[in-house]
Amino acid sequence: MAKTARPASEAGPRPGHELSNDRLLAMYRVMAFARAIDERCLSLQRQGRIGFYVPASGQEAAQIGCAAALTDDDWLFPAYRELGLALWRGVTFRTLMDQFLGTSADRLKGRQMPNHYGYRERNLVVASSPIGTQITHAVGAAMAMQRRRAPQVSATFFGDGATSSNDFHAGMNFAGVYRTPTIFFCQNNQWAISLPRERQTRSATLAQKAEAYGFPGVVVDGTDIHAVFDAVATARERAVAGEGPTLIEAQVYRFGPHSTSDDPHRYRSDADLAEWKRRDPILRLREELQNSGTLTETGESELQDAIRREISETIAAAEGAPPIDPATLFDDTFAQRTPRLEEERAEFERLVREGVIRP
Amino acid sequence: MTEMTLVQAVNRGLFEAMRQDPDVLVLGEDVGVDGGVFRATDGLINAYGAERVIDTPLSETGIVGTAIGMALYGLKPVAEIQFLDFIYPAFDQIVSELAKFRFRSGGQYPCHVVIRAPYGGGIKGGVYHSQSTEAYFCHTAGLKVVIPSTPADAKGLLLTAIHDEDPVMFFEPKRIYRTATGEVPDGDHRVPFGQARTVREGEHVSIFAYGAMVPLASEAAAALARDGISAEIIDLRTLVPLDEAAAIASVEKTGRAVVVHEAARFCGFGAELSAILAEKAFYSLKSPVLRVTGYDTPFPYALENVYLPSAARIEAAARTVVREG
Repeated sequence: MAKTARPASEAGPRPGHELSNDRLLAMYRVMAFARAIDERCLSLQRQGRIGFYVPASGQEAAQIGCAAALTDDDWLFPAYRELGLALWRGVTFRTLMDQFLGTSADRLKGRQMPNHYGYRERNLVVASSPIGTQITHAVGAAMAMQRRRAPQVSATFFGDGATSSNDFHAGMNFAGVYRTPTIFFCQNNQWAISLPRERQTRSATLAQKAEAYGFPGVVVDGTDIHAVFDAVATARERAVAGEGPTLIEAQVYRFGPHSTSDDPHRYRSDADLAEWKRRDPILRLREELQNSGTLTETGESELQDAIRREISETIAAAEGAPPIDPATLFDDTFAQRTPRLEEERAEFERLVREGVIRP
Repeated sequence: MTEMTLVQAVNRGLFEAMRQDPDVLVLGEDVGVDGGVFRATDGLINAYGAERVIDTPLSETGIVGTAIGMALYGLKPVAEIQFLDFIYPAFDQIVSELAKFRFRSGGQYPCHVVIRAPYGGGIKGGVYHSQSTEAYFCHTAGLKVVIPSTPADAKGLLLTAIHDEDPVMFFEPKRIYRTATGEVPDGDHRVPFGQARTVREGEHVSIFAYGAMVPLASEAAAALARDGISAEIIDLRTLVPLDEAAAIASVEKTGRAVVVHEAARFCGFGAELSAILAEKAFYSLKSPVLRVTGYDTPFPYALENVYLPSAARIEAAARTVVREG
């Protein structure tokens, strides 16, 4: 049953899954924007202007190819490395910068480290740091979609490391049992911080794990946006037709560090990185668009200029935003503050007045 | 009003909630066809079908994780963990996800799941069918923690939990599932959170208890009364949110306090309540607050009768605080 280890693009996209040049250009713009944001935010972190950053460079075709094959009504349950999803769903860079900085405009009210965002109106559920926990949430939401007879799917995003987690097993198992409309989108970026993919599992592929749970698993070249789009569109068709879940293993490479807190030179070779960079998903798509005459040299340089300008202006504006009101700390633990939280809030405000706590 | 046992009241509460709202559903191990190992979900699957009464694979993290996903989407799942002792595979989901969704999303994602679990000793359940670890959950910001001791409260607090907006840990004292009987209002019946119940009024000592310890406290109070010691018993009912005002008012009246729970003593709920009384009722106290609790060992099988608080131990502690102050 499982179509494992078969690149979905081998025979070209299935009928109806072809991408027009205009669509590809739109995807390319978001990919280029994502790459530029990554590069700027890594440097902002090194300058101490944001506290932390998780780059997604190298995974743009996987993320945007996947997001484009879903509808805006489909629910996304991301990990913390899904910049492409957020941008494709229309989250603005300003919204993200407010989250990275924890300004008064941050929709998450300064509660989470950079990259752990989510926006309800985009059906992009807020991420957390524990690995794999979002996988069972996606399955539960899909069970709710079944109950409501909603023509939606849930898609969950995780890495190679997460396939070792409890919730990967639990989520895959429940999805198989209840045949939920769920897409398990694994971005195998080859590294879980310092540990290579081979040290997570003896399985030949991650996709083949699906077979044991009774549904298909497919491997795709995650640097080939056509292959990703085709695989996800196929999985979505299966899901809404009531045929159940699909596991997709998109093989990519994490170009940067796991986060700004590690140095990949300690655990991996430059040769591997160089090899994968020859398949940089952005270069691949740019070349294709240039070959088809969809993107000119002028068009490319105008795009890069516009991206640079938008990023600089947005960072400046967000850095000028007022800081968050400290008393908001006591909101949202519960729907209403309990008497104890009211008391703690009053104590906090007194200590601020007395100068003991200096926000 | 209908006379019933505590576990029947839980069952009636679930029936009522499912009747009221089609978004309420029940999931867990053996909750459907079997009706639950304690029969708490008996008959629900016949009334509401397998789509709303879901027998799940044997995975607590799967039960709680999928319940969270349902709740995010807008349903009102009531998840059963077969014994509180088996909740730990779901601990990450409860502590890292359920408790924090609303906060970490800046209020965008309420996550209203009710988790029911039978807890506590006294049924010869040994190490793994007896534990009383409510303190773990009380310590986690974002969870409400509820423990009924009577059938009427079991139904009323459960319906409040299911209609609440926050995650609720609903722990049921399985030892008194069938021995606690009483009149329970028919239909919709709600008992508000954050309000302790005065089981009996007294003048000389306040005994704070919850769950299966409440009837033991009553037994102790009856014995004390024969010697002219008048004990007030406060059933806390909800540990989070806690009715601090009731606890403080009682100690201001009696000047003495004994806190009873079957959980281990160190960092147990009694430690928190004792600290609150020390902070807020210190000048009313005539003697030190005493705790009557399980010991700081794992729960034993053959020795559970000496591990668990008894009416005699509660009575002895009450006599001590009265004698000393």
